[in-house]
Amino acid sequence: MSQVESDVKTLVIDEQEVSAQAGQTILEVALENEIKIPTLCHLEGLSDVGACRLCLVEIKGNSKLLPACVTVVQEGMEVSTNSERLQKHRRTILELLFAERNHICSVCVSNGHCELQTLGQEQGLTHVRLPYRNPELGVDASHERFTVDHNRCILCTRCVRVCAEIEGAHVWDVMGRGINSVVITDLHEEWGKSTCTRCGKCVQVCPTGALFDKSKIGSDHPKYPDFLPYLNLMREAQ
Amino acid sequence: MSQTITIDPVTRLEGHGKITIQLSAQGEVEAAHFHVTQVRGFERFSEGRPFYEMPSLMARICGICPVSHLIASAKACEAIMSVRIPHTAAQLRRMLNLAQMVQSHALSFFYLASPDLLLGMEADPNVRNILGVAAAKPELGRAGVGLRRFGQTIIELLGDKRVHPGWVVPGGVTEPLSPAKRDKILAMIPEAYANVALALGAYKQIAGAFKEEIEVFASFPTNYLSLINEDESIEFTDGTLRLVDSTGSIIEDGITAARFSEAMGEAVEPYSYTKFAYYKPLGYPAGSYRVGPLARLNIVKAMGTPRAEAELAEFKQLAPGLVESSFHYHHARLVEMLYGIEKIEEILADPRILGKHVRATAGVNRLEGAGQAEAPRGTLHHHYKVDDNGKITWANLVIATGQNNNAMNLGVLQAARHYVKNGKFTEGILNRVEAVVRTFDPCLSCSSHAAGQMPLEISLVSADGEVVDRVVRD
Repeated sequence: MSQVESDVKTLVIDEQEVSAQAGQTILEVALENEIKIPTLCHLEGLSDVGACRLCLVEIKGNSKLLPACVTVVQEGMEVSTNSERLQKHRRTILELLFAERNHICSVCVSNGHCELQTLGQEQGLTHVRLPYRNPELGVDASHERFTVDHNRCILCTRCVRVCAEIEGAHVWDVMGRGINSVVITDLHEEWGKSTCTRCGKCVQVCPTGALFDKSKIGSDHPKYPDFLPYLNLMREAQ
Repeated sequence: MSQTITIDPVTRLEGHGKITIQLSAQGEVEAAHFHVTQVRGFERFSEGRPFYEMPSLMARICGICPVSHLIASAKACEAIMSVRIPHTAAQLRRMLNLAQMVQSHALSFFYLASPDLLLGMEADPNVRNILGVAAAKPELGRAGVGLRRFGQTIIELLGDKRVHPGWVVPGGVTEPLSPAKRDKILAMIPEAYANVALALGAYKQIAGAFKEEIEVFASFPTNYLSLINEDESIEFTDGTLRLVDSTGSIIEDGITAARFSEAMGEAVEPYSYTKFAYYKPLGYPAGSYRVGPLARLNIVKAMGTPRAEAELAEFKQLAPGLVESSFHYHHARLVEMLYGIEKIEEILADPRILGKHVRATAGVNRLEGAGQAEAPRGTLHHHYKVDDNGKITWANLVIATGQNNNAMNLGVLQAARHYVKNGKFTEGILNRVEAVVRTFDPCLSCSSHAAGQMPLEISLVSADGEVVDRVVRD
């Protein structure tokens, strides 16, 4: 008699019975079943790091909140994705993000196309109750095509991952610890003098206006990260 | 016992300001000042930003004339890029600037000034506002709303937003004009003509009743500055600056944006956050000058559109020589509105306005650039310096209100001296002093964009009006 564990898991998400493949994350299964969980650092086509904590969910029997993007489904799980407690936490996370650096939507290239801004609206963020830190962060405009404005960076590390995992260049990385972290190119060289391949993938995946194309100005800068799953698919096919 | 009369805030202006009038022991006016009491800081916090962000950043200085800032800023950026923008883009911007001029003049004339003009300087302050005008003269109230809508709708059709459109960018504009939008604008033009004709007619009827005000509302000889075309016709977006003296003789002509800072300086007075611009060779305050509608119509020889041409000829008959009273700013504004509508119609008649090539691109080709345009209330100058990567290292803005500042202060003094006698004044008299400032339609939000420690004066006035203490920081 076979002792092999079943490949199919059944679980409950928001009182809806769903089935999943073993190894799938809660986020994947939720998306397949059209249950929306807010995300920010997650992007289809990149590995997940659970950095932003917006996709936190409640699991019955577990007092901790777990990030849906990196939590693998288990048989019989009962997941709640949108409780009042979770909404409160998500709003607080967004408030912390807005207070941490200088997010001035009205003059940002991504105004109207920004994932952080959209999430703030979707999650009903009306005020930031924390004092703004207003740090003095630099802008690196040394690259011939792109600019990085650290004031608008939320340290989601999508740029780091897309550069390493998809482009294979690993120009971007994170320097420093905690609140002093910043994304850097190479070993903290100017972007224009780095080993950047000028592919622009980091700009397309950046959820805010931190990375932007120099030729795009005003609210003229929608981003198109949808190329990633397609690129992955094509590579697997080879 | 001396006394200080303070009018704070001055109402029906764009921004925050106050007026103080100092009386001697005999009750005679000794001095009068118009103070701009707010500070903004745009020049400082734009440092470190990429230069191509400047138009959208600078537009936020003002919600009434963001288009002027967009255009002056974009032109300064284009000087840094060393590009000439496509013809279609230049014409589209010209139209945007004229649309803004029409709506801003409509705001100034109907919403801010017409309560004084139509209801009277002595009218009950409770009804001396646009709603009072709408109740007393509904057709003029509607004309004012209509003209503002005309300008704002064009701005929205071109730039997607009525206030702070992001459509003007260094190198041109982001989107060409569609035939459907062009037709929508053309359809609004007949109503706009009717509205401005109504306003001109009404103004000419009542202007005669303000003879006394005309004589003392900043009515004195000054120099004047404005943009002008090579054919000496009026210009709001391109052209070069001409400075004339009080007789209309040219002091200096062909002042380009790049030359502006060589010709013009900015002085600081301890009582205002707004600087005082002057022509350097004449020094301060002798080199002070006026800008805006009055200056433009005094300087130009032609409007270049038939209806406005006839109105210009009539305007120039208001006085022998140049028209000196700032009261006539109101009249000049109406003439310019008519010109704006005619010029927009003319621009739209050219099929090239639908051209698809509306943007030039380039990187940093110069480390310094300046741009200028005529804002509704006068000449606007933006001047930037950048590093090799195009990040702003220094910015300076010279705003219309700063250029009119000396004349506004002298005008307030002139009116106060005329009306305040033996220390006696009424609400209506103080309203006249405020109305002097209103003729200039100053934008205090624009004018106080500078940063750093500014001179400040605090007067401590006791209940009986005595100045007990005075602290000056300079």
